Amino acid sequence: MSRIRTRIILIVLLIAGSIYLLFPRDTIVRVKRGNDFVYDTVKRVPLKLGLDLQGGMHLALEVDEAKQAVANKSDALDRALKVVRTRIDQFGVSEPVVQKVGNDRIIVELPGIDDPERATEVVEKQAFLKMQIVDESQALEKSLPRIDQALRDLRVEAGTTVSGDTAKRPAGTLTQLLTKADSGAAKGDSTRKDTAVTPTTGGPFSRRVQVGQIPGEYFVATRDVPVLQQYLEMEQVKNVIPPGKQILWSGDTTSLGGDAFRAFYVVDSRPIITGEYLQDARPNQSPIDGTVVEFQLNNEGGRQFRRETGRHIQDYMAIVLDDRVMGRPPIIQGAIGTRGQITMGQGRDLREAQDLALVLRAGSLPVPLKIAEIRNIGASLGQDSIDAGLRAMAIATAFIVIIMLVYYRGSGGLAVGALALYVLFTMASLAAFGAVLTLPGIAGLVLSVGIAVDANVLIFERIREELDRGKTVRTAVDEGFKHAMSAIIDTSVSTILTAAVLYQFGTGPVRGFAVTLITGIATSLFCAIFVVRTFYMIWLNRARDLQTLSI
Amino acid sequence: MLRILHDTKYDFIKWWRVAAITTIVFIVGGLGSFLFKGSWNYSIEFTGGTLMQLQFNQPPDVAQLRSELESNGIHGSEIQQFGSDREFAIRAQESSQIASQAAGAEGVAKRIEAALKKKYGDNAFTVVRREAVSPRVGSELRSGAIIAMAIASMVTLIYLAIRFEWRFAVAAVLSTLHDVLVTLSFIKITHLEVSLTIVAAILTLLGYSANDTIIIFDRVRENLKKARKEPLYDTLNRSINETLPRSVMTHVTVLAATIVLLVFAGEVIRPFAWVMSFGVFVATFSSIYVASPLLLWIERKFPRESTDKAHVTTSAARAASKAERPDRTPALR
Repeated sequence: MSRIRTRIILIVLLIAGSIYLLFPRDTIVRVKRGNDFVYDTVKRVPLKLGLDLQGGMHLALEVDEAKQAVANKSDALDRALKVVRTRIDQFGVSEPVVQKVGNDRIIVELPGIDDPERATEVVEKQAFLKMQIVDESQALEKSLPRIDQALRDLRVEAGTTVSGDTAKRPAGTLTQLLTKADSGAAKGDSTRKDTAVTPTTGGPFSRRVQVGQIPGEYFVATRDVPVLQQYLEMEQVKNVIPPGKQILWSGDTTSLGGDAFRAFYVVDSRPIITGEYLQDARPNQSPIDGTVVEFQLNNEGGRQFRRETGRHIQDYMAIVLDDRVMGRPPIIQGAIGTRGQITMGQGRDLREAQDLALVLRAGSLPVPLKIAEIRNIGASLGQDSIDAGLRAMAIATAFIVIIMLVYYRGSGGLAVGALALYVLFTMASLAAFGAVLTLPGIAGLVLSVGIAVDANVLIFERIREELDRGKTVRTAVDEGFKHAMSAIIDTSVSTILTAAVLYQFGTGPVRGFAVTLITGIATSLFCAIFVVRTFYMIWLNRARDLQTLSI
Repeated sequence: MLRILHDTKYDFIKWWRVAAITTIVFIVGGLGSFLFKGSWNYSIEFTGGTLMQLQFNQPPDVAQLRSELESNGIHGSEIQQFGSDREFAIRAQESSQIASQAAGAEGVAKRIEAALKKKYGDNAFTVVRREAVSPRVGSELRSGAIIAMAIASMVTLIYLAIRFEWRFAVAAVLSTLHDVLVTLSFIKITHLEVSLTIVAAILTLLGYSANDTIIIFDRVRENLKKARKEPLYDTLNRSINETLPRSVMTHVTVLAATIVLLVFAGEVIRPFAWVMSFGVFVATFSSIYVASPLLLWIERKFPRESTDKAHVTTSAARAASKAERPDRTPALR
């Protein structure tokens, strides 16, 4: 009798513990209050749904080594992690996850996000701000012949002859153009309007480049941009770029005389100031420049900026964000202090300015990151999956309950009771391990309900056999459990061994699967053997002279 | 008391040759298709690539959808109806597309979306799912899973060799490997998409399929202790018959679960449900028709000595002598 009591107490304790684990509890999460996101305490069931069930976006970020070689990737990622986390926190999403996985990846999970494009933009943008003085010494023009020669030597344009192009234009165009460009720059924009787009000369490079309206500005027809970008990547071309200068593309395309052009600028490699002195950045709408981001430098940055701009009065200053020139470089009228603004260009809305201000405030990424992996699942699809999963779970459970009750009657009822406990315990252990419930996870759970009754079937069939041999109910039950045990132990141990090996040698998802499998087996064994045995004990004690067993 | 298949006396092992031919044809057919039908239908988790699930307002024409993608430079993409006739999954897994993803994962997805928006209009469809993966994870996982399965089989072999004896262990592990092979052939023949979930299904089978065999062998072990004079052939048959109601009942409950998944759990889970349903079926089949004849065959090749020599030699001798006379049906009897 006391043995039964101990068993009952143990089972009741486990049920109580499981209910406690699954009970809605206070958790601190980011939630939306009006238009703001704040940390707040809410009551909720501590079972986490995976992104495939609640909808959202999963990103894996890696160091983009095509853009910048990095010596210590792990350390760089640690620093990048802080920046990404700050940005995501300001971005406005409930319960984001930002974590480093291994030594080379950052995982970002944004549940319930509705604008994935914007989110990737915010995460990926390096947001490295620089101010660079636009070259006025015509350094590019001086090295154009050498660039063209380098490209001819590389035979980048096999088949097309230079003469064909030069024939169309009189020799010595370059010099003419240079003087033209000079005068244009000196006289300002008004006089240059008519001749804004003037071809330079006939080399593979220079043929595609047209002098712009301010010194150091050059236009390239949009269709030629990829070709030129490819040329500029070539080692031989890089070698003949004037020392101390840098070629940077504009972030925008401009329309000139009906054709789309993109500008590039030749600038001093040394920035006069960088974004590390940035203190604040705010989006704004200005009547003249359209959408802008106003920024403020700290005192130290302000001093440096004032000194440098004072030295470069009447020069043009390119505002460079992630190696792209933002807007057209403005002329420096006088020394500038701590404040400045970035012009977003035509057709950009306030939201883009908000995002840019956000990434500037959060600081720049120490290394460029690229998105190596993206998974984005709509919230409606997630809800569909939950519905389908729960429906399958309910129908499968109903089937199994009916099968057990019809075939094993009263004893089947005991197994069904144990099955209910199995589901409860499994959910509780999922909550205890902080496991995330995914769609395949639900499928596994449905399957495990089907497998969980296996041990009971084994025991019940054995009890039937013992009853056939004319044993009393009590002995048959005892013998049934006893004889079924060796098979149950052998099957469970071999499955657990398999799972343990999978855990030891498998990677990520395989490991998770192994843990679930082992937990499932342990729980189902406990329910099928211990719980059902206890149920039998209670039953047989209630009806001491039971002649026939409902099985 | 409701009973099915109670007290049966079927001769299961008689059918070993039919079973062997069926399963060998199946495996050879499945794995042989590698010669002319290409590799597995790997999901983007393995190959890298882009998957988009689109929900159209009007059912689109698949051929038109395909030609639209082709003309926009998305070559060789796979378009699959996903549930209703308004939902489609587009998979771009071609090497050039995977390569272009190295610079940024969403590139291909953006191109697909832009191409289709141009054709069908901005609001003609919604993107309900978008996945773009680099191929790196896949290859690691594949080799990891294969090594893990090999070691798991070894460990099971050793455990069963200790608990039973080595002949039982070899028969059980071979029969489990048979199940995995047949299921792989099934996946290959039906061109099911091999995703991480499918790998999980195969690993589950690895554990589950051994269970069946162990339960029958457990009964064989018990019966061997009781009736020492009986030939192994008969002991095996008797053990299978005795455990038959149990085999049927456990599989009915598991099949109930997998078939419900197949029908009700939606398109994403369907490949998993197919593999599990088929695998559970094969596991039952093999525990009866593969594991037991294998055990018999091993016993004949490597007869055991010592005390229980008597019954084994009888069975082996009987089997051998009968096998030499093909006019007597069936073989091994």
